Amino acid sequence: MTNHWRDLKNADLILINGANPAEAHPVGFQWFMRAKLDRGAKIVHADPRFTRTSAVADKYVRIRVGTDVAYFGGLINYVLQNDRHQVEYVRNFTNAAWLVKDGYGFKDGLFTGYDPAKRTYDTSTWNYDTDPATGYAKTDYTLQDPRSVFQLMKQHYSRYTPDVVESITGIPKDQFLQVAAMVGEMGRPDRVMSIVYAVGLTHHTTGGQLIRSAAQLQLLLGNMGMPGGGMNAERGHANIQGNTDHAISWDILPGYLKIPAPGQKNLDDYVAQSAAKKTHPNSWNFFGINYRKFMVSTLKAWYGDAATKDNEFAFDFVPKPASNASWITIYDQALRGKMQGVILSGMTATSIGPDSNQVLQALSKLKWLVVMDPFPTTSSEFWRAPGLDASQIDTEVFMLPTTHWIEKDGSFVNSGRWVQWKDQVLQPHGSARHDHWVLADLFDRVKKLYQAKGGKFPDPLLALTTKYQDPLKPQLDEIAQEINGFDLTTGKRMATFANLKDDGTTAAGDWIYTGSYPDPSAPTAAGRASANLSRRRDGVRDPAHNDPTGLGFYPNWAWSWPLNRRVMYNRASADLTGQPWDPTRPGIKWNGTTWVGDVPDYPPTMNPADPAAYLPFIMNGEGTGRLFSSSMADGPFAEHYEPIESPIPNPLHPTNSTDPVAFLYDQAAGRPNRFGTVQDFPYVATSYRLTEHEHYVTQHVPLLVGLQPDPFVEIPFELGEHLGIKSGDKVRVRSQRGKLEVLALVTKRLGPVTVGGKKVYQVGIPIHWGFVGIKKGDHWLANALTPFVGDANARTPEFKAFLVNVEKM
Amino acid sequence: MSAISRRDFLKIGAAGAGGVGLSALGFDLAQAYQVKQNLRIAGARESHSVCPYCAVGCSLVAYTNDAGNLLQIEGDPDSPVNEGRLCPKGASAMQLATSANRVEDVLYRAPKATGWTKISWDEALNMLAQRVKDTRDSSFVTTDANGNTVNRTEGMAFAGGAAFSSEEGYFTTKVMRGLGLVHLEQQARV
Repeated sequence: MTNHWRDLKNADLILINGANPAEAHPVGFQWFMRAKLDRGAKIVHADPRFTRTSAVADKYVRIRVGTDVAYFGGLINYVLQNDRHQVEYVRNFTNAAWLVKDGYGFKDGLFTGYDPAKRTYDTSTWNYDTDPATGYAKTDYTLQDPRSVFQLMKQHYSRYTPDVVESITGIPKDQFLQVAAMVGEMGRPDRVMSIVYAVGLTHHTTGGQLIRSAAQLQLLLGNMGMPGGGMNAERGHANIQGNTDHAISWDILPGYLKIPAPGQKNLDDYVAQSAAKKTHPNSWNFFGINYRKFMVSTLKAWYGDAATKDNEFAFDFVPKPASNASWITIYDQALRGKMQGVILSGMTATSIGPDSNQVLQALSKLKWLVVMDPFPTTSSEFWRAPGLDASQIDTEVFMLPTTHWIEKDGSFVNSGRWVQWKDQVLQPHGSARHDHWVLADLFDRVKKLYQAKGGKFPDPLLALTTKYQDPLKPQLDEIAQEINGFDLTTGKRMATFANLKDDGTTAAGDWIYTGSYPDPSAPTAAGRASANLSRRRDGVRDPAHNDPTGLGFYPNWAWSWPLNRRVMYNRASADLTGQPWDPTRPGIKWNGTTWVGDVPDYPPTMNPADPAAYLPFIMNGEGTGRLFSSSMADGPFAEHYEPIESPIPNPLHPTNSTDPVAFLYDQAAGRPNRFGTVQDFPYVATSYRLTEHEHYVTQHVPLLVGLQPDPFVEIPFELGEHLGIKSGDKVRVRSQRGKLEVLALVTKRLGPVTVGGKKVYQVGIPIHWGFVGIKKGDHWLANALTPFVGDANARTPEFKAFLVNVEKM
Repeated sequence: MSAISRRDFLKIGAAGAGGVGLSALGFDLAQAYQVKQNLRIAGARESHSVCPYCAVGCSLVAYTNDAGNLLQIEGDPDSPVNEGRLCPKGASAMQLATSANRVEDVLYRAPKATGWTKISWDEALNMLAQRVKDTRDSSFVTTDANGNTVNRTEGMAFAGGAAFSSEEGYFTTKVMRGLGLVHLEQQARV
């Protein structure tokens, strides 16, 4: 989230796409309802199902899954055609005025630079027209130049007329225009819209662009950086946010630094290819110009004394992946026989999928599998999955019992970036050990083997710092301090990342957390503990004192990255002179000498009247929000493509129907694609979550199993009549990849949509069941149905739109 | 009580919790609620936690007794996120904490075996250390085909961590990169 949960109460309009917060994030949803009840905000919900969220929305529209780019594209077109954008914001705070160089174009569903053999784009034709003398992009602040981003955008989205939107999404034109009118009002400087989404937008081959299309709309309306505005992703697990920040992800290092690539021989190469470059004289480019300091500080935290100026701070020690190494890739590599061992903790590959049957084959090809978990999972038990013959499976499996959240301290980071420390409440159950103690011990044993016997280039693992009081049992408090970072000259903890250095005199595990645990004012145990700002608890008991702005920031409750900022990009909440666009909802405000309000996303004393004052978006090279960007793999503007399995050809460009850069794992590996067609699988399916369950772990919680005991498939009423299926009947749902045998729930919550002139039914499949837990069954894995294909940008699987057939058993 | 439905009773209870005085039942529910609350947590140690499920980040108050046993988990009324409220999952967090389904022992399943064997932590970690080393040694690439220094372990992957404390997650990233892993993933994509 650019904003945070409680901030939703500050919105005038909340668009919800690809999410059902009333069901999946019910306690966070109270702030949506506060917006509605206290300030008369409206809620618009676009979803294939009429859900608990729809039930309290002011406007519900039934949308075909995977078509949200067409919805947002249609809204962008409406805003631009009717001049509903926030004119001053768009002119000054976005890259609307930037000129794009000749050569960029878009035709028949393809942007310029496409290589069909490699299924990739050469993105160099998507660059700005730069002035060779300065290196900066040329601009036209009248926004009239046909090569300006503004005019190119207007042209690109002119195809997304209400009729086209209806044809793609199935939303009747009149309903769409009602939504558009509501959204159009939000371009007023004193009106603010929030867009909220979840995995219903990310789990598509076009996931990155689905979100981008919404962000483009928010920039046009001037809603980024505003309290009550922003782009707000609802995370689905307690600490996906924190562990993404800390880079349990193949493509990043902590704090969203890019993973180094082969060919980068030193830090100069790395920074040159990773950090943004300034494209406007007033851009600060804060991230870009400090990239090297953040990287060197991480290398010092990891490799300690072995990281020196002479060896580029051990840059060579960081492993450099040959290509994508994300979730599906792991199992693809196993299927290719190239993956020997996998360690899983707190997640089960078999259930999560996609294509559970193929994942089971992949696990069967491993030499060894480790599952660290408090409970048995469908991965620890994969070798006795229904249909598999254990006596034919050579994979060694280690089940290591680990502790629960409540048996250890440490922080969880919520969707709103609030880092909240928790106590250790209970001692570890039985023989269970903390995950990080298991890994510390394992690492130590591996290290000793290398010390005793030698082996392949052991230098990086021998150099890795483990200077904890007990290297086998690091305390999470010690690690929190390492993450925050130290001044290595004074030994004191850093107070801000602005002081990190690239000369090896500072170490910080994750620069965006620097300042979360500053040096204590008093060198006592209490002083040290109080310096961990994520422990702060100045909450709602005393709102007058603890919420000084009244906007719900509660700055002394826990800590929010970066630097305790509660709304990101908040410089954009004030106009060029530093006055809030909406005085009733100030993010930050220039008082003549300093910026006041939230922690400013800007130099605290920079006078906005100074001709050299920085532009508002300090994290990119432009200094402005990007309506057009060369950083996406599949286009500088979001474009609608059909899901890989789709009931109709793309009405906009049937010859290039699906995302031309979506990654087809099976095809790329020389295996046949496991995709079905609408002739064999006539119904669109989507997967989703229920309030009583969280993924699969709740199958071990009796009360929750009691509340929601059986797997089911939701079938539209008319389709149920057509197929002779009633609620409670047992049905078989099949895709090209597998089957599900569960009960039918025939409901009017789902209904047909008419798209491309054709009536299409959508069915809904909750994901929470399998062959492990209190209630279990043989064909209860929803992801047995989902396709083995990845988003063009993130390689996120397409869990949310695929084709199935349904039959009564 | 037969004249009062369960829903009515809950409503009355909720009013009592809100501090309303004499209720429809003719006695002071606020006082009764307070007595009940005191009985429930009398002598208990109060600690602070955060809900382990979705990422709203609802604060919890956990009560334990002198023996270290968990007595109750409730929503934390001070939190600006949840103001004491919990959903069905959070409200039943105590059952997750005390679930009878926990794995009690370190378990090993040999190739082709049809069941588990109990082994000790020491055995398991020694076996695993050897496998990690063998995998690293046999799949480690120092220089790629183009002559670039890459220093990566290709044959091993780590996935998980959405239930880790952040600090565990950071430590995991560091250790796995230290071992040369490039295949590193948690629940952000799935």
